[in-house]
Amino acid sequence: MVDLSPAVTAYVQESRDILEGLEEALLDLEKRPDPETVDAVFRSLHTLKGGGAMFGFRLMAGFIHHFEDAFDRVRSGDLAISPKLINVVLKARDQMMAMLDCGGDGPETAALVTSAPLVALLTELDAALDNGVPLTPLVAATRLWHISFRPAATALQNGMRPDRLIEELVALGQAVVTINAEDVPPLDSFDPSVSYLAWQVALTTAQPRSALEAVFIFADDADLDIHEVEGEASGSPQPDQREDKPTETAAAPPQKHDTAGDSVRVSSAKLDEILDQLGELVIAQARLRQISNSIDEPALEGLVEEVERLVTGLRDATLSVRMLPIEMVFGKFRRVVRDLSAELGKEIELETQGGDTEIDKNVLDRLSEPLVHMIRNSIDHGIELPQERSASGKPAKGRLRLSARQEAGEILISIEDDGKGLDAEAIRKKAVDRGLISTEDEISTAELHKLIFAPGFSTAATVSSVSGRGVGMDAVLTTVSALRGSVDVKSYPGQGTRVTLRLPLTLAIIDGLLVRVGAASYVIPLASVEECVEFDSIEHGRESGRTMLQIREHLVPFIDLIDAFDDLPGHEQRRRVVIVKAEGVRVGLVVDDILGQNQTVIKSLGPYHGGLEGFAGATILGNGSVALIADVGLLARRAWAAQEHLRNAA
Amino acid sequence: MAKTILTIDDSKAIRDMVGLTLRGAGYRVIEAANGAEGITQLQAETVALVIVDLNMPVMNGIDFIRNARRDPKGIGVPIVMLTTETKAELKAEGKAAGATGWLNKPFDADMLLAVTKKLAG
Repeated sequence: MVDLSPAVTAYVQESRDILEGLEEALLDLEKRPDPETVDAVFRSLHTLKGGGAMFGFRLMAGFIHHFEDAFDRVRSGDLAISPKLINVVLKARDQMMAMLDCGGDGPETAALVTSAPLVALLTELDAALDNGVPLTPLVAATRLWHISFRPAATALQNGMRPDRLIEELVALGQAVVTINAEDVPPLDSFDPSVSYLAWQVALTTAQPRSALEAVFIFADDADLDIHEVEGEASGSPQPDQREDKPTETAAAPPQKHDTAGDSVRVSSAKLDEILDQLGELVIAQARLRQISNSIDEPALEGLVEEVERLVTGLRDATLSVRMLPIEMVFGKFRRVVRDLSAELGKEIELETQGGDTEIDKNVLDRLSEPLVHMIRNSIDHGIELPQERSASGKPAKGRLRLSARQEAGEILISIEDDGKGLDAEAIRKKAVDRGLISTEDEISTAELHKLIFAPGFSTAATVSSVSGRGVGMDAVLTTVSALRGSVDVKSYPGQGTRVTLRLPLTLAIIDGLLVRVGAASYVIPLASVEECVEFDSIEHGRESGRTMLQIREHLVPFIDLIDAFDDLPGHEQRRRVVIVKAEGVRVGLVVDDILGQNQTVIKSLGPYHGGLEGFAGATILGNGSVALIADVGLLARRAWAAQEHLRNAA
Repeated sequence: MAKTILTIDDSKAIRDMVGLTLRGAGYRVIEAANGAEGITQLQAETVALVIVDLNMPVMNGIDFIRNARRDPKGIGVPIVMLTTETKAELKAEGKAAGATGWLNKPFDADMLLAVTKKLAG
């Protein structure tokens, strides 16, 4: 990365955001061309260009200029939106991203600007401009706006002419203006340099909100409210309504962009640092608690409780800062789906649900790539061509659904398509070919489905440019496992496939249940714990080979952690079972004792212990000793695998 | 009669650019190289708009705005300050001192004309 000054770094960061927004806007425009979005696209390009010239991205600014120009023409109704135009601007957007990465004018950018694809883009733009001469001129629907405006009392002294602003506003369309002179004082106390008046304007115009706001650009100290009156579009203003409307206007909720101004941009490295420090604080607090317990000093006890409460609050607040709506990656996928379906000649509608579900930034950052893999797979292998779909009685347009929701300390993200489903037989054949299974193996369909995540597995007959190199799905599993999550796949022939990712809410600090097994302590993530029961109260016997517990009316397999962790058996008469739920199944973990709840700061095991199975990390306890964190998902899998093995043997 | 625009900037280049642009659009343009000269001009003339830089020797732009607003000839005169995007707090300070609007540097002739028309008519 090129070394940049803070101002340039800020510009680059901001430009990236703008480019993200630009992509969204362009995709919106493709679906539904409306003047407001056209305006947004133009403004994005304009801002990028302007900043580029100032911050040493002149070559990029020059490049952007062509596209800004094109959209200026669209804005003025001189040019129509065509798929061609959208296409070329989308491609140009990607190039702008690349130019930002070059860090400013230099040989790298120069090479990019003169490269063949870029020159081709400009030619393509020219073609789009020629073809685009008013095919379907944008007919902007007129809308009714209510504007209430009360200048600051000092406005006149400070050189503002409210009457001129109102004139400017009225020039935008048809307007009914009412002046509120209630606050004008009697003549003897009247100060001609003070602004007493307020205006209410009902304006019918095809102009976008931004044009209305531009009128009042310098009136940032005024009381201003601009809002659209829904359902009254394309009508002329109705004078008889002006009596009561203004009061409504005054009570209108503040505009969305007001809240945006309250946010601060912070580098994620700083957040990570805060979180690191917080982790240390949590550990220090646990030690403090330990010492206080051993001293038995009421004054200290009170203080320790206070500190504990504060730390928990601080932890929750800090973690919440790192939470981002998953919408942020969902947005990216619109482009992926659009480009891929166009490339493959498929018609696909992307549906998203639960975009406001929040997830830790670190998880989010690492998730986007696996999700893209899965979406590509769905589009490439899952959803059929329109004619195939029609032939099998499905709607020609395929559906791809991305959804996210939170469930007990976990985030569930699923990608669902209504395509042809996984071909179990093809998977079996391929798996045998690859030596993953043998021909004699009796394998359930569900297990066959899971094989698509095996390393080097690909069932596509031909390797397409889209997916099918067989590197996708196992990379998905690797990433998700590294995030302490799991993958589940459900597929029905002819109906579609659903892949669900389960991910922990956060990577850093969790609530854990501290247990003792043999001489060591372990942590079981509390989010997966369902209940704890006494072991000796249940009829059991390792000798008898029984591996199931009867928990009320359900049979639950169990694992003795003494066996699982290869520890020496203790002499407890009364052992306990922690019933956990992981990967959708319940399993009992037999422990020697339950020590209590614990705020667990997760430390990764590091490469030296990386091969250690059954643990998701380690944590430091209040007494300074280390406890391993049980990988509940893996233990659950193991318990059920053993169960199945027994059943098959029987 | 042509409206008079006062441009206050210690950079002759900027004064020339403002002068050239606005004279071309039919305005009368007078110049000052700092805030103090600006106050003298403001008192001597009837000004329709002041375009003032913030960073100047002798008397800076913020002080000019404050002084202008205390002067009978300065009350109600539109004042545009030249600001940079990076110094948001300076813009707020200028606004509090009584500036009418602002123009972010770098600006081009179109932007200058648009703001001039908006505030001076």
